[in-house]
Amino acid sequence: MRDRYPDYDVADKRATPSWNDATRTALDQRLAVHPGPRFLDAAAFATLQALCGRILPQGERTHPVPLAAYVDEKLWLDKRAGFRNAELPPLREAWQRGLAALEAEAQRAYGRGFAALDPASQDALVGRMAAGGLHDPAWGDMPCALFFAERVMAEIPRAYYAHPSAWNEIGFGGPASPRGYVRLDFDKRDPWEAAEAQPGREAEARKANSRVGR
Amino acid sequence: MSDFEASTPLARDGRAPNVFREGGWTPMRQYSETEEVDFAIVGTGAGGGTLAARLAEKGFSVVAFDAGPFFRPLEDFASDEESQSKLYWLDERIVDGADPLVMGGNNSGKCVGGSTVHFAMVSLRFRPEHFKARTLLGYGADWPVDWREMWGYYDQVERALSISGPLSYPWGPARPAYPYRPHPMNACAQAMAVGCEHMGMKWAPMPLATVSAPRGESPPCVQRGFCRFGCSTNAKQSALVVWIPRALKAGAEVRDLAMVGRVELGSGGQVTGLHYHREGAWRFQKAKNVVVAGYAIETPRLLLNSACPDAPDGLANSSGLVGKYLMTQPNQGVFGRTKEESRWYKGPPILCVSEHWNYCDDKNFPGGYTLMSQGPMPQEWVNIQVGARKLWGSDLRHAMLDYNHMVGMKVVGEGLPSVHNSVTLADEVDQYGLRIPRITYSWTEGDKALIAHSMDQMQGCLEGANATDIFRQEQDTNHLNGTARMGDDPRTSVVNPDGRTWDHPNLWVCDGSTFPTTGGVNPSLTIQAMALRTADRIEALAARGEL
Repeated sequence: MRDRYPDYDVADKRATPSWNDATRTALDQRLAVHPGPRFLDAAAFATLQALCGRILPQGERTHPVPLAAYVDEKLWLDKRAGFRNAELPPLREAWQRGLAALEAEAQRAYGRGFAALDPASQDALVGRMAAGGLHDPAWGDMPCALFFAERVMAEIPRAYYAHPSAWNEIGFGGPASPRGYVRLDFDKRDPWEAAEAQPGREAEARKANSRVGR
Repeated sequence: MSDFEASTPLARDGRAPNVFREGGWTPMRQYSETEEVDFAIVGTGAGGGTLAARLAEKGFSVVAFDAGPFFRPLEDFASDEESQSKLYWLDERIVDGADPLVMGGNNSGKCVGGSTVHFAMVSLRFRPEHFKARTLLGYGADWPVDWREMWGYYDQVERALSISGPLSYPWGPARPAYPYRPHPMNACAQAMAVGCEHMGMKWAPMPLATVSAPRGESPPCVQRGFCRFGCSTNAKQSALVVWIPRALKAGAEVRDLAMVGRVELGSGGQVTGLHYHREGAWRFQKAKNVVVAGYAIETPRLLLNSACPDAPDGLANSSGLVGKYLMTQPNQGVFGRTKEESRWYKGPPILCVSEHWNYCDDKNFPGGYTLMSQGPMPQEWVNIQVGARKLWGSDLRHAMLDYNHMVGMKVVGEGLPSVHNSVTLADEVDQYGLRIPRITYSWTEGDKALIAHSMDQMQGCLEGANATDIFRQEQDTNHLNGTARMGDDPRTSVVNPDGRTWDHPNLWVCDGSTFPTTGGVNPSLTIQAMALRTADRIEALAARGEL
């Protein structure tokens, strides 16, 4: 994946007027997430890690965003979304059952655990889950497509795009309190915002991005 | 209760948090639980917060309860989507129906100030005819109030919040100039304006409840863009920074982290007070009047959970309509890519408005709608990408790379009232042992026609603004209304035009649940206007000895 915002690191702004104390505390806690698992058992956590790797593949990263740890933390806290579809069990049970069912589907289809499958086979199972095509008894009365839409896709992508690494990737300005922003028009960038590299002009963007924390 | 929830009240011992000072306090009058206060108000948002301030200012004794914590924005609010989910009502609710609603941060607050702490600040008046939609336009229901009276209360709210808006407003009858100048329009809002011109629609800078110049202890908005996750500078004119300080100054007491579970019915159809949970125990506050202001889910839930031998179907429910006629507003969107950088995270999320389709009746669907520009933060944006485009895997990561080149619009539409859309009680109980709500929702055929029309209009606008790779978000909703509708007839409504329940003369409702229709605009300004009206009516009734 081409680096659109080379050398942009939103954390460079940590000591600038773009971050207040509450923000620094929130981000410190996020980066210090418990590696897990604290709620799921080791087998379910391994399945979850493999699933996260297909929902948001991070093969190129030396330090991938620990998505499974964030999901496990949410389960450990039992931090719910404020609603659940009548066809779904509560948060913790949905994840436990869904991960167990995915594992059972992998065994049924390939004779191996989900985490041990090659990416293409994992993707095939995820695709069938999304389309409502998995029916192992382990799902119980929980529709697999609903588990995918309301739990998997509601929680894993949100965890990824709450992480500074993701903000760097998409050029998001990140925290902005109390300073905020000044230039609101098209193609206008405040000096503390990410600079997008135009093809052939990466050095210019690198230079601008090295200065966002000034 | 889970670890992530605050559990120690701050408003106690004769003081409450001063929202304008880090670590600051403000004196607070307190009432004993055995003292029969004039008004116990359940909820401190656009309805309850506003009413608490006005009733206290009129000399009534008031205690206002909120299930959530009392924040000081300057020290408690991070510039961060995830951690600011502490503003939301995250307790379990069951959703079903053909089009189950998305709850939580989408429409429900749980803190002093209610949802106004995280709302997008859009402050629009109903079209006058929308107060008489049944009689004048042939759909929905009529409000038992006159639009000219409401217009007067809108004036008052707009001044109380120092709404920043355009110099002249393109739609509807003449109105006073907005108190403060409009906010500058960001790139996405500019794209919408170009699109509206292309489609032959007028547009305007959005009237917003965040100040564009200093006001009292509120500094001007710095365009940081996190408005929907709590304003950390206090530029936003939420109930937390406008009405709650006024309420405290006038002698009202606010009890934070106080979950009201049941309103007590005494003899003769009168209520006697309420049971609430605070600091680990159930308590009882005596009151001459109880006002329920918990919004369209918690208000009917409380009334239904207060069922007792003399009111077996719940309080105020002789009509059978408590929890019925739940309405949401269609909130579909259309998005596209621009060659230029838009960086739409800057500025308040909604900076451009078109009310063309609220005021134009040449159309093939009932109801009206407003169009508005968008500025989602990354978590909101990925939610739209996965919901609307069903993306996952590297496709999702690649699509998200265009974040800084996106523009988009959303509709806020007039969802139609249907008796089949409802709030009932599920058998499951919450952390307080209270039965949780079951929320049942399905679009009506009229809603579907409105949605289809609005998406074609938004698509036309984005094409006119030269956006590419346009896609539609076919399913989304936002504000809630109904479930304790007001009317002139006790058989077909729950409360009278004053918000007084037909069944219990000292039990009132003051929030969006009294709305007979939603109108084609965001409801907060109208909820506050109705609260001001209710306060004036209560004062007049008290003066006549009719309270």
